[in-house]
This record gives sequence, C-alpha cells and structure tokens, in this order.
Amino acid sequence: MNTAINIENISKSFPGVLANDSVSFDIISGTIHAIVGENGAGKSTLMKILYGMQKPDNGFLKINGDIAKFQSPKDAISAGIGMVHQHFMLADNLTVWENIVLGIDSSNLSKIKKSKYIPDITDLSKKYSLPIDVNLTIDDLGVGEKQRVEILKVLYRGANILILDEPTAVLVPQEVEELFENLKNLVSQGVTILFISHKLDEVMEIADRISVMRGGQHVGTVSKETASKKILAEMMIGKDLPTPPSRETLISSENCLQLKDLRGEPSLGKIPFEDINLEIKKGEICGIAGVEGNGQRELSEAILGLYPVESGQIFLEDIEITKLSTRERRLTGISFIPEDRQSQGLVVESNLVENIILGKQSSNTYSSKFKNVLFKNASKNSKDVVDNYEVKTPNVQTLALALSGGNQQKFVVGREIDGKPTFLLASQPTRGVDIGAQALIWDKLKEARDMGLGVLLISADLDELLGLSDKLYVIYEGKLVKQLEPTEATPEQLGSYMTGLGI
Amino acid sequence: MKVYLKILSFFTPVIALAISFGLTTFILIMIDRDPVETFTLMFDYGTTGKSIVSILNRSIPLYISAVAVAVGFKMGMFNIGVEGQYILGALIAAQVGAVLILPRPLHVLTIFIVAAVVSGIWAGISGYLKVKKGVHEVISTIMLNYIGAGIVAYLLANVFFEKDENNSLKVPQTNYLLESGQLPPLNNILGIEDLPNLNSFIVGAVFVGIFYYWLVWKTSLGFDLRATGLNPVAAKFSGADPNKLIVLAMLISGGIAGLVGMSNLVGYFHRYTIDFPTGLGFAGITVALLGRNHPVGMALGALLISFLERSSQILDLNNIPKEIERIMQGIVILVVVVSYEVVRRYILTQEVKLASRMVDKDE
Repeated sequence: MNTAINIENISKSFPGVLANDSVSFDIISGTIHAIVGENGAGKSTLMKILYGMQKPDNGFLKINGDIAKFQSPKDAISAGIGMVHQHFMLADNLTVWENIVLGIDSSNLSKIKKSKYIPDITDLSKKYSLPIDVNLTIDDLGVGEKQRVEILKVLYRGANILILDEPTAVLVPQEVEELFENLKNLVSQGVTILFISHKLDEVMEIADRISVMRGGQHVGTVSKETASKKILAEMMIGKDLPTPPSRETLISSENCLQLKDLRGEPSLGKIPFEDINLEIKKGEICGIAGVEGNGQRELSEAILGLYPVESGQIFLEDIEITKLSTRERRLTGISFIPEDRQSQGLVVESNLVENIILGKQSSNTYSSKFKNVLFKNASKNSKDVVDNYEVKTPNVQTLALALSGGNQQKFVVGREIDGKPTFLLASQPTRGVDIGAQALIWDKLKEARDMGLGVLLISADLDELLGLSDKLYVIYEGKLVKQLEPTEATPEQLGSYMTGLGI
Repeated sequence: MKVYLKILSFFTPVIALAISFGLTTFILIMIDRDPVETFTLMFDYGTTGKSIVSILNRSIPLYISAVAVAVGFKMGMFNIGVEGQYILGALIAAQVGAVLILPRPLHVLTIFIVAAVVSGIWAGISGYLKVKKGVHEVISTIMLNYIGAGIVAYLLANVFFEKDENNSLKVPQTNYLLESGQLPPLNNILGIEDLPNLNSFIVGAVFVGIFYYWLVWKTSLGFDLRATGLNPVAAKFSGADPNKLIVLAMLISGGIAGLVGMSNLVGYFHRYTIDFPTGLGFAGITVALLGRNHPVGMALGALLISFLERSSQILDLNNIPKEIERIMQGIVILVVVVSYEVVRRYILTQEVKLASRMVDKDE
C-alpha cells in the first residue's frame, strides 16, 4: 500500500484560534478517504493547506513520498492535487470543453483550437466513465453534471488526488448515487479521493477510511470495517462530557419565550422546521443540540422575524410577536448573538461606538425623541462593554475589524447582554474563539441567566450545551426529536439523536 | 485612530492633486507647451473676481447633485439617474412657478417643493422597481434618464411652450416666473459691486450640505442607511428593513436631486428653456467620488471642478489647447480615487497592527 499523502504534524493558527493542532495522518493511494467533523473542526483549513491556499505554521506534507512545500494552488496542481469546490467555479455561458481548457492554453492571442482539445476531453470522459456532451453550455447542465465537469476539469490538469469539499451538499439523492458510482470508478483507476463531509451516512457508504477532526485536532482514523455511525458520532462530539455544575435553581415561573406549533415556510421544497414547541422561563437557559443544517438557522431567523413562519405562534412574555417586524421584536427586548459575528453581528468597517448601537438603533437608549442618534450613550456603553467584557482594543474608536475574533465576539456578547434584554437568542456564541474568551462568555451567560434572563442557546458544542443548559433538546431534520436532562445525557445518547438514529 | 493616520487621511487629496499636476505637466511638455506658463495663466484667470463668482455659481448645482448621489452611495446604491430627475423636476417646477401668484418666500418655496417632490417620485420609481421587481437601480435610473429627457422634450414642445409675439410659432420654453418667484442675487446684500451676479441659492446648497450631514451621520435613519451600505446582512439582523430603506433612500436622493436645477431656475434663467444646463447629474457622480461622499469634501470637489472648467477658458486665447482641462479632470479623478483606496487600505492595516500590538502587550 502506497501512501498518497502524509500529513505530518500540521499546525495552523489564526488570531485567537488554533485551526489545526498537530494534525497527522496518512491517505492511502487509490482509496476514498473521508474527513468528517463539525463546522469549525478544522477540516477546511486542512484542505486549504493541502491545496496550497494556506501555508502551515508547523509541520509538512509528503505527496507520494516527497516533501511538498506549496506556495500556491499552482504548486499543488502540478503535484497532482485537484480540488472540486462546493461552489462550482464554472463560466456559465461557455461550453463544457471551453470550461475544461479555461486557463490552460497559454498561447494568449491565438484562437483556442477546438480540434486540439475535444478528442482529449472525450477520451478522458470515457476513460473515467464520466459521460458528458462537451459541446453543451454550462447553463444547460444540471447540478450533477456541472459537478462532473468540475471533476473532469481537475483530471484534465493531471490530478490523481482529488479533494471534494462537501460534494453532496448541492445534490439530490439520485445525483448522490451517481456521484458515488463515479467516484468508485475513479478509485478503481488509481485515483485517490479525499471526501469532506459531515454527513455520516454518506461517509459510511462511500469511504474506505475515515478521519475525524474535532476542535482543530485529529481525533482518529478508522477503516470502514471497524467504523459505525455511532462510533463516528462519538468521535466527532467527544467522549468526556463535562458534568454540569450543580446550582440553585433560579428558574422563575414567568414565561419568557414560547413557541407554539411553529412551522417554517418550505423553501426549495423542504420544510426547514416543524412542530416546534418550546417554553423558556425567565432565568432559564434552554439548549438546542444538533448537527448543523438541521433547521437551527431557519428557526433562529424565524424568532427574529427574518424567516417566514407558515403556522404557529411566538410569544414573548405572553405577548404574541409572530406578526411583528424584526425591528419591533428588537424593541420589545429580543437580543441576538449571531453565529457569524463578522457578517451578521458587526459592521466591521465601523468603530465600536457605532457597533454598540447596532440592533438598538431605534431604542430609547440610542435614539432621541427626534430620531437623532445619541452618540453620548453609545460612547459610554461601548466603554462599559469593553471594560466589563475584557475586550482588548486600543479604544472604542477602533474599527471592529481590527479586533481579533475572540475580542469581537466578547464585544457582541456584551452588547447583546447589556441593557436588560427580555430574551436572548444565542447561536453558537463561542464558535471559533479562544479558550479565554470562551470561558468569559460562558460566565457572562450564566450571570445573565441568574439575573433572570431567558436564553435559547443553539450550539453544536456539547461542552457548552451541557455546561450551561437547564434543559436540553435535540434538533434533527427540523424537529425537536428528544428532550434530555443535561445532567443525565450521555454522549452516546446525544450522538445518536443528533445523527437521527434514535435509541 | 492615531494622530498621524488622521493627518495622512486629511492630506490624501492634497497629495493626489500634486500627483495630478505632475502628470499634467508631463503631458504639457509632451505637446510642447510650457507647463509653468499654462498653470500661471489658469491660476491668474481663475482667481479674478469675475471668475470666482462664476466658479461659485457653477459649484452650486454640482454640489447638490453630488449630495444626491452620495445619499445613495451611503447605503450602497447607485443613483445614476440624478440627471433625469433634476431636469424633470426643474421643468415641472418652472411651469407650476410660472402660473402661481404667491408672496415671494412662499412662491419660491413652493417651486423648490414641487421640484423636490417630482424628482423624488421619479427616483422613487427605481426604488419601487428594485424592491418589488428586483430591477437593479443602475439599470432603472439610467433608463429613467432617457424617459425623463423624452418627457421634458415632449412637454416643452407640446404643452408648456410659449407663443412668440405673433402668436404663431411655438417656442419651447416655459413662461417667466413672476418676480415673486425669483431670487435676487446676493450682490446687494453682500455689497459686491462691479462683479457678475452671485446666485443666492448658494445658501440653499449650504443647507443641503448641512441636511445631508445631519441625516446621514446624526439620525437613526442615517445609521440604518450607513449600516446597510457597509453590511446589509448585519443591518437586516439589527432590524433595519432593507426594502423600506431602499425606497426611502431613493426618495431622499431624488428629492435632493430636484434642487439641482433651482439655482438656475429661480436665480438665473427664471424659466425652463432649452438652454437649461444638462449633464449636472453625471458630473455630480464625479464630485461625490472626489469628495468621498463627505459634505465638505464634496464642496471642495465641486469648487475644484468648477475652477478647472472656468480657468481653462483662457487657454485657447493663448494657443494652448483647452482640452488639456478635460485631461486634467480625468487625471485628477483617477488619481484621487486610487489614492483614497491606497490610503484607506494602509490605514486599515495600521489599525489592525495597533490593535494586535495592544493585545500582545496585555498578555
């Protein structure tokens, strides 16, 4: 057995985050090797390093036994590595063969010779059983066919190691079957395939070996024969669950947020969430565990009034808010920590004073009777948040983008908890932040809860969920499939509910 | 922001202008003209009393047009339709003004309001189309420019025309505004003698600038506009309603565009004629870029462009091709826009460095 890639001790850090922490494993030639892990586990950073898009801080790669130092994807391509991105990189108004040769022909001004390329491409498509009419325009192709073109494109560039980033995310089931057939064919001809996914079913079906990543580390590599969905789920989630700290119950009997039979409007024929019934009291943290993409995003957007609700009701402190606009909901005191602070929670090109206003720009705190912005309050409150939440910044005039991820997140959390909100929706509040920031955010969330705040905590981090939640639900395919006691839940239980196995 | 970064940011336009002069000098040498002589001629002529009044008068509509464009820019929208908006607004306002009989302040004010409302509605169509039909505002505003120009031509030829003395020929222009609908020049009030008339709508331009500053930087609505311009997703999550903002921004931008023609209408021509200046809407885009959408920056930009246009008129008389001014304008805009971007990136990286240094010290 030859190894196609040796990953040796690769580490890579970004400000505040250790994305890859001494990752080592081997990929055997002519196999399908899957890499699984939650979002943020470090899969994509590892792939970017493999494809030369990023350089590791430490460690090195061996391709077919030779040490490889990639400066750019160009080097990776010449070493025989090809990447099929999740989002296709195709020119829609060109034909299949034009897309395949795009960027290859270096004879700048001469006409690209059709006759030179088409036979080659046709041969290639026959050789690897990837049937396609090379004269069709990309616009006229289905998603599965477009993906086939992407694969042909990298093969045409001489790749014998293919990286497929979440290839099934865009496909319907039949197309997935076809793709898997194609992949098996490729492997039988000696191609090595790296398959990135978080769907355990698929991984079990297609992969020969499976590596699991968690929190930037390589947890382990198992072969298909020894693996099961359950084992993989446990590896993804982690075995050692923290014991939730015991505490006096401060949960009040007053309702904070209620969701009644909530059902989201179908989009692309899918119902994002349905039969959602939840009751969160003041002083209570309700956790929702789940693998990403099971309706969490749509549910949180529905609570904020950004995702259309088909039926059901939302009550805040016993007042129905189902029909209110996002702004009106914000004014009634709904706070929100978004999963992606940079795109959803901050205007990074503005300073912290302006950012403290975001989300409360029409509240009495920041808007006068004549709708003028009260920058005095903003200045004072931003300083308070910076002090109380240990946000490291030269001053509050600093642009948000100058802060590290952890400090940005502390600022967002501070902004959302400060000013006495009635309810807090926290979506992945500590994703991608360093341990210090994480501990502080957890403390602040507990503190706010003890002061009587009701919190809905949506997370994929089980440490976080078990450590903070007073009650815990598992969401799977848009439904709350199980309520668990945070004190009694086991990783096996959580893992199987989260992956839809049930017990 | 550190002091030196602030100073750098402030002096960027000055540096850019210096570079532009350098490039123009090069071109002048290439065509065998004396650059020193050229610049001296332009400067001397551009700073005569007559020229200064003319420059100020030219700047008024340019500036207002720039502000109209900037309102859109601030929320990430391109109102390319100021051109069509202001000519349509000016024509309707001229016609309404010509038939009204009102005491002066009311008469003039009514003209302004009619212009702002007509232009605002014209721009609002683009906002509505974007929200309801997903039509990009660049496309719709450009198309509405043509339609606006067509409507103006039709109305002048067929509806609002004036008859000549024999009552036989149609003259494509509106009737004169009564005196109560005209603004007298500022010369008497300021005691300026022996100089051409200084248009008193310059006061209006100043108010437009102040209004723009207040609206965008001081109000909650302005906060929503700016947030949407910089990060539409975060703005939406913060409760800003993008659809409402798109329509509002277009209405406000168009409303301001309506005032572009006012200095010429109430202060100079006192009617809408075929001589009414066009092209100010497009020039406003240039000025907004030059002035970085800043109320003072755009004022300086408008003055600069007006200065170049005016002072270049002397060149032909001295056997220097006047087109050199067009080239200068082009160079200035190009260099200024590029230097803004270069400096902006430099300042951003410096800010990031400062912040991370601070964190390192702390740990």
